Amino acid sequence: MTSDDLTRLTIKDASRLLRLGSISAGDLVTAHMDRIERLDPKVKAYLRFTPELWEKQAEEADRRIREGNAPPLAGIPVAIKDVLCVRGVETTAGSQILRGFKPPYTATAVQRLFDAGAVMVGVTNCDEFAMGSSTENSGYFPTHNPWDLDRVPGGSSGGSAAAVASGQAIFSLGTDTGGSIRQPAALCGVVGMKPTYGRVSRYGLIAFASSLDQIGPFARSVDDAAVVLSLMSGLDPLDATSSERPGMEVLNNHGGGVRGMRLGLPREYHEVEGIEPRVKAAIDAALLVLQREGAEIVDVSLPHTDYGLAAYYIIAPAECSSNLARFDGVRYGLSAKDAPNITDEYMETRRKGFGTEVRRRVMLGTYALSSGYYDAYYLKAQKVRTLIKRDFDEAFKKCDAIVSATSPTVAFPIGSKTQDPLSMYLCDVLTLGGNLAGLPGISVPCGTSDGLPVGLQVLAPQWGENVALRVARAYEEASEMKALVADVV
Amino acid sequence: MSSDAWEVVIGMEVHAQPRTRSKMFCGCAIAPLNAAPNTYVCEVCLGLPGVLPVPNEAAVEAVLKTALALNCEIPRHTKFDRKNYMYPDLPKGYQISQYDLPMSVNGSIEVGERKVRIRRVHLEEDTGKLVHAGDKLHKAWESYVDLNRAGVPLMEIVSEPDIRSADEAREYAMELQAVLRAVGASDADMEKGQMRAEPNISIRRAGSEDLGVKTELKNINSFRALQRAIAFEVERQRQVLESGGTVVQETRGWSESEQRTFSQRSKELAEDYRYFPEPDIPPLELDRAWIEELRGALPELPSMRRARFVGHLSARDAALLAADRELADLYERAVERGAPAAAVAGWIINEVAPSGKLPSPENLAELVRLVSDGDITRDQGREVLIESVETGRTPAEIVAEHGYAQVSDESELRVLAEAVIDANPKAAADYRSGKKQAMQALMADLRKRAPQANPKLAMELLLKLLD
Repeated sequence: MTSDDLTRLTIKDASRLLRLGSISAGDLVTAHMDRIERLDPKVKAYLRFTPELWEKQAEEADRRIREGNAPPLAGIPVAIKDVLCVRGVETTAGSQILRGFKPPYTATAVQRLFDAGAVMVGVTNCDEFAMGSSTENSGYFPTHNPWDLDRVPGGSSGGSAAAVASGQAIFSLGTDTGGSIRQPAALCGVVGMKPTYGRVSRYGLIAFASSLDQIGPFARSVDDAAVVLSLMSGLDPLDATSSERPGMEVLNNHGGGVRGMRLGLPREYHEVEGIEPRVKAAIDAALLVLQREGAEIVDVSLPHTDYGLAAYYIIAPAECSSNLARFDGVRYGLSAKDAPNITDEYMETRRKGFGTEVRRRVMLGTYALSSGYYDAYYLKAQKVRTLIKRDFDEAFKKCDAIVSATSPTVAFPIGSKTQDPLSMYLCDVLTLGGNLAGLPGISVPCGTSDGLPVGLQVLAPQWGENVALRVARAYEEASEMKALVADVV
Repeated sequence: MSSDAWEVVIGMEVHAQPRTRSKMFCGCAIAPLNAAPNTYVCEVCLGLPGVLPVPNEAAVEAVLKTALALNCEIPRHTKFDRKNYMYPDLPKGYQISQYDLPMSVNGSIEVGERKVRIRRVHLEEDTGKLVHAGDKLHKAWESYVDLNRAGVPLMEIVSEPDIRSADEAREYAMELQAVLRAVGASDADMEKGQMRAEPNISIRRAGSEDLGVKTELKNINSFRALQRAIAFEVERQRQVLESGGTVVQETRGWSESEQRTFSQRSKELAEDYRYFPEPDIPPLELDRAWIEELRGALPELPSMRRARFVGHLSARDAALLAADRELADLYERAVERGAPAAAVAGWIINEVAPSGKLPSPENLAELVRLVSDGDITRDQGREVLIESVETGRTPAEIVAEHGYAQVSDESELRVLAEAVIDANPKAAADYRSGKKQAMQALMADLRKRAPQANPKLAMELLLKLLD
């Protein structure tokens, strides 16, 4: 096995090699750094690297492995999306407004991975404040899709998806507010999972839309994603919305296969406007595989799907307009210090610090919450949200899980949607329902269309991560459609 | 036109700081008054990116106790909301408060003869404060932000516009303070900023049902200032209206140094706070069993205690005692030990309360009995009280040691009175010619010669001898 081969491993395989003593955590991180040096100038998955962390963490992992009490992720290289705070590491949410900000605390989810022995390689690029579906809204530079460098990796967690897809980290963390894990996972050909709202603490996650945001993993196998998720999950006294449910329950019988399971195919998703024929064909093929494994495919309906996008683009901007009010230049980050008065300081700081899409959403959200418009927009959107939850409740009476494409399209060319925000928003049409309803969802690779990956999405009822994982894993095993590592040319 | 033709309408917003060890949404301790700026802060109350608020249960409990004491209903569902506005003392760019589903509604409180309805009691967080370099804000060359108070819990108690005078507003605030202290919800010290009162004031023609245009007053730091600020504002509004003007709806500040209100902010430019439900805190479903437990554990409220005291005391004394739990307890225990009620109340109000040091109920009862029975003089009683509080010894012991004991023997007092008259011929003559105040000079001389003389009997003898 060459050094470069070490960058294609799953967590499971790497852990076995580490425990056997065939490789060290130091070897693993060095192999990754070599590959990053070669490839990341092209892919641009990372914003910055954390050598002081990986040196210490790899050394600690090697020590624990030698002593025979290695924690589950000992020595495994991980990449962290730029919206998750890590103590002493510059964390900017992909925005110029936070340039230079080093939080004095670590996000709970990240800390739990550190406690499990993971080795942090660096901070990955993303759309500014996680607002976008292509990583082109990054306040620094766009990330490129490892399978075709002229295309986007998806977003907003594009850097995290591209890092795993190009062998620059064995797994990574992203956040999903409307599809920001699942969609880039699909476009980059890796596994990506968004947990049930409340499963993973949001403490230390720089908020975009608090009622929708969840942290989740990108990985090269369903098992890897399941293990990482179980380690991050569980009650956190620092997050009042985190659940008491034990993290380990996500693993319950997740390898049990799909025989006898009913999988719902919502026609509103399968026939969504703009779905590419080859994407649809790849999903149809995947359904055949699942049927062959003993699942029954049933038709279900999510009648309010059409209104979901509109509701999402009111609720998410409304919350973001409030969440982003703290970036005022007074206490940290960019500050227009020379402004003549406080109002100008606010306006100048935010004009310079925020990109176009962030400003657009802050304005949309401010408008939607304004007196006189609140009932017509925010309140109405909340009612739609309730209807969408009911759609899912009804559908889950007829099936155990819902299957669909993750994204209606494969990765699109860089620059092709930046001038048309609405077409960009449509990237999330199949994923944001899961956020509005707070459901767990996973995207697994299910083939390619012209060499570009397609993702199969599995949505499960609230707290049913193990059900989604079970379907995804059964498909992965039967199809032999493993997540691949792109060679990047 | 006389001012009798106007009726004053006042509603009150009172902010009180719940008695908690930590802030509303983080583990920071509450800063003492003189703490150095920005030393009682953490990532949560500084509003750093990615942090989340976790509600303080002790603050919720304080609101519930207050609400129960104010006869409020506690709805099944309550939630926090965000009040959005940008200001440098507000680290998150929004204040976490409660908008349309407050923790409690529809209560009332008795203020003298009047029942003032309470619209709601809700929970929110305080902001930080700005310190301006320079005398006045508009001349300041630099402003500093101190976030020690940011995130300190505050309960807001909102009344209906049921108050009808400046005096009544002051009584209302004092009554609220007494309730907050009685249930242990807040120390409610206005001077320490633990309680702030913001009256909304309007006036209307007597008999009218319509409300006039109101102004809201801020910067009020004492009960006295509250009364004066309202009196000033009522008079100002009356003059505006009687000279044909209209009252502008606005927030006005009270200037303690100038003893007047001044315009601060016009409500016409009222901000749109864009309230919406706080997504970081799930809606609260308050445990009904917990509420009933708190209700059962409520102490006797000042109003109930006062009603009991009134049978034995003047209304004024009853109110003064009932407002302070410790003094009221002392009164009741001393009376239980056989001391006369009115005299005990007098000693507590005039001697114990100003000294700030409490005697034991036993010692107070004994002291009051010694004075009431004429064994020692009132002046001696004061000395005995001080010594008893300091040493813990009983008044009887102290009296015995000092040889205090009032002389009430008539033959002894007669000799004394005769000596006083002989020594002060002019005063005696003045008294006889009708200058009754000359008796004061005679009594003063008598007390000088014999401090332990029973003054009542001695005066009677002087009068008899002079007639």
